[in-house]
Amino acid sequence: MSSERALFGDVTLVEKEHAELIAAAERRAFHSLMIGFGLAVLLGLGLWWIDCSPLRVLNGLSRFGEILMRIMPPSPGSFEHFLIYGRALIETLGLALIGTLAAAAIALPLGLLAARNITGSSLLHFLLRRLFDIIRGIDRFVWALIFVRVVGLGPFAGALAIAISNIGAFGKLFCETFENADRRPVEGVLSTGGSRLHAVRFAILPEVAPVLLSQVLYYFESDTRSATVIGIVGAGGIGLFLYEEIRVLEWTHVAFLILMILITVALIDALSGVLRRWFIGRRAAPKA
Amino acid sequence: MAAHQMLLPPGQLAPLEADYAKARSAKRFAAMLVLAGVVIAVVGAGHVSEIDLAKLWANRGELGDYFNRTLTLDSGGRTWTDPAEWFWNLKGWSLLLFETIVMSYVGTALGFIVGLPLCFAASANLASSGWTMAIAKRLLELLRTVPDLVFALIFVEAFGLGPLAGVLALALHSTGALGKLFSEFVENIDMKPVEGVIASGGGKLAAIRFGVVPQVLSGFASYTLLRFEINVREAAVLGYVGAGGIGEKLIEAIRKFYYTDVSAILILLIVTVFLIDMGTDRLRAGLARAIVK
Repeated sequence: MSSERALFGDVTLVEKEHAELIAAAERRAFHSLMIGFGLAVLLGLGLWWIDCSPLRVLNGLSRFGEILMRIMPPSPGSFEHFLIYGRALIETLGLALIGTLAAAAIALPLGLLAARNITGSSLLHFLLRRLFDIIRGIDRFVWALIFVRVVGLGPFAGALAIAISNIGAFGKLFCETFENADRRPVEGVLSTGGSRLHAVRFAILPEVAPVLLSQVLYYFESDTRSATVIGIVGAGGIGLFLYEEIRVLEWTHVAFLILMILITVALIDALSGVLRRWFIGRRAAPKA
Repeated sequence: MAAHQMLLPPGQLAPLEADYAKARSAKRFAAMLVLAGVVIAVVGAGHVSEIDLAKLWANRGELGDYFNRTLTLDSGGRTWTDPAEWFWNLKGWSLLLFETIVMSYVGTALGFIVGLPLCFAASANLASSGWTMAIAKRLLELLRTVPDLVFALIFVEAFGLGPLAGVLALALHSTGALGKLFSEFVENIDMKPVEGVIASGGGKLAAIRFGVVPQVLSGFASYTLLRFEINVREAAVLGYVGAGGIGEKLIEAIRKFYYTDVSAILILLIVTVFLIDMGTDRLRAGLARAIVK
């Protein structure tokens, strides 16, 4: 540092020396400010569009406050009710589990077929990927309503809806995982005279298995959450009761049902965390 | 290839082979155990969720039939031969799609505004006391776990039918989801700039503004964009319970058997979601480049 400067530096000198840097920083700050301002204006317009007047918000909040007062104490009403809720909750878990596992079993071969490095077919890759896109584009509630038509009201329709929308998701994820797999073990197997199937079995599957497992576990967690609401369209599980109790304004029952859901989801998350560590932790850490 | 391979002397080979066999059988046993567990879980789950593959097989035609009908006009022709008839209500549906996007934007923005201060309170490296951290963390967890459809059902009772209920439901759920992701992000930052600000006399707010925010802003923006994408899909569903957006028309069409409307709305929805995903992907890629710089 030059010695002719004062102890705290001559600000004007510094400004002159780094004029370009300071101007650039000010420009950037101005840009961020304008972006923030633009986003805020959009928010204001959006609030106006959805008719969010202060009066409506205040009225709603006071109604919401009343509801909060009435949820105390959460209770199922009677022991019979509690048993019915418990059964519905088990049904919810059952349809989430079946939906996830069936989808994983079906998506595994489809993902293999779609992976370009395994079949080497761009056409198959393209067709299957578009199929997965279309399946994922249709919401699981729509699938549930369609399956209610096919197999009738009940949890089977919900399980099918979760399974099919998961096939879309798993197909895409699995295919990407296969395509990102290390090429060298495959070459090793092929060079020692193994077939393509051998390469899949001994080179690709051992490498990607922990990643696939962790994806399946993650989807099981999130499917449990969505299985709690799929009953709203009559596709089984606890959602139907939640919907009905809210419509008849039985707030203590609603609070009890939500508590049941929260506890179950927390338990499933913990269980899946244990399984994840058990299966995956002792092997190489999966790639993100 | 050599027909005769070099082998170790039998004395050395035998214990190695025994070890190998033991390791293999232990692994097989563990795999069998896991398989048995999975089979039991699947059978149990199949029982409670009333799986009936025979029924599915017997009614398999219905599924194709349904999609077939959604693509057949009343006149008997295929829908794509008469797009004007197929998309007869394009204007009304587009308006509702726009409402869906507005709802997800406002919901995401409100979630960001509420989640941002909460995330600093919930981060282990910034929280002023264990208590506030625990409360903030539990609150975020609660908001994240309750599905937005449940919030929407309750808000429809409190705020009446319409997009306001849906926006509030999205905002609450997004607050939880964003707040949790943000706080995990903040917990992994470099603390040196924060210490620097505090050492030069800055307060807590100054430390967050000048020490934390510059490190996390682009990451936060990327997460928020991702949340916006998710919220567009969620907002399309909220109409089922009367909380605004295109979902209302879609479920009406399904329930009242307006077959061609179902396919028309689904196609509009898929295209919209696809376009939004593409746009946010671009923005996120730009943000990622900004982070690298």
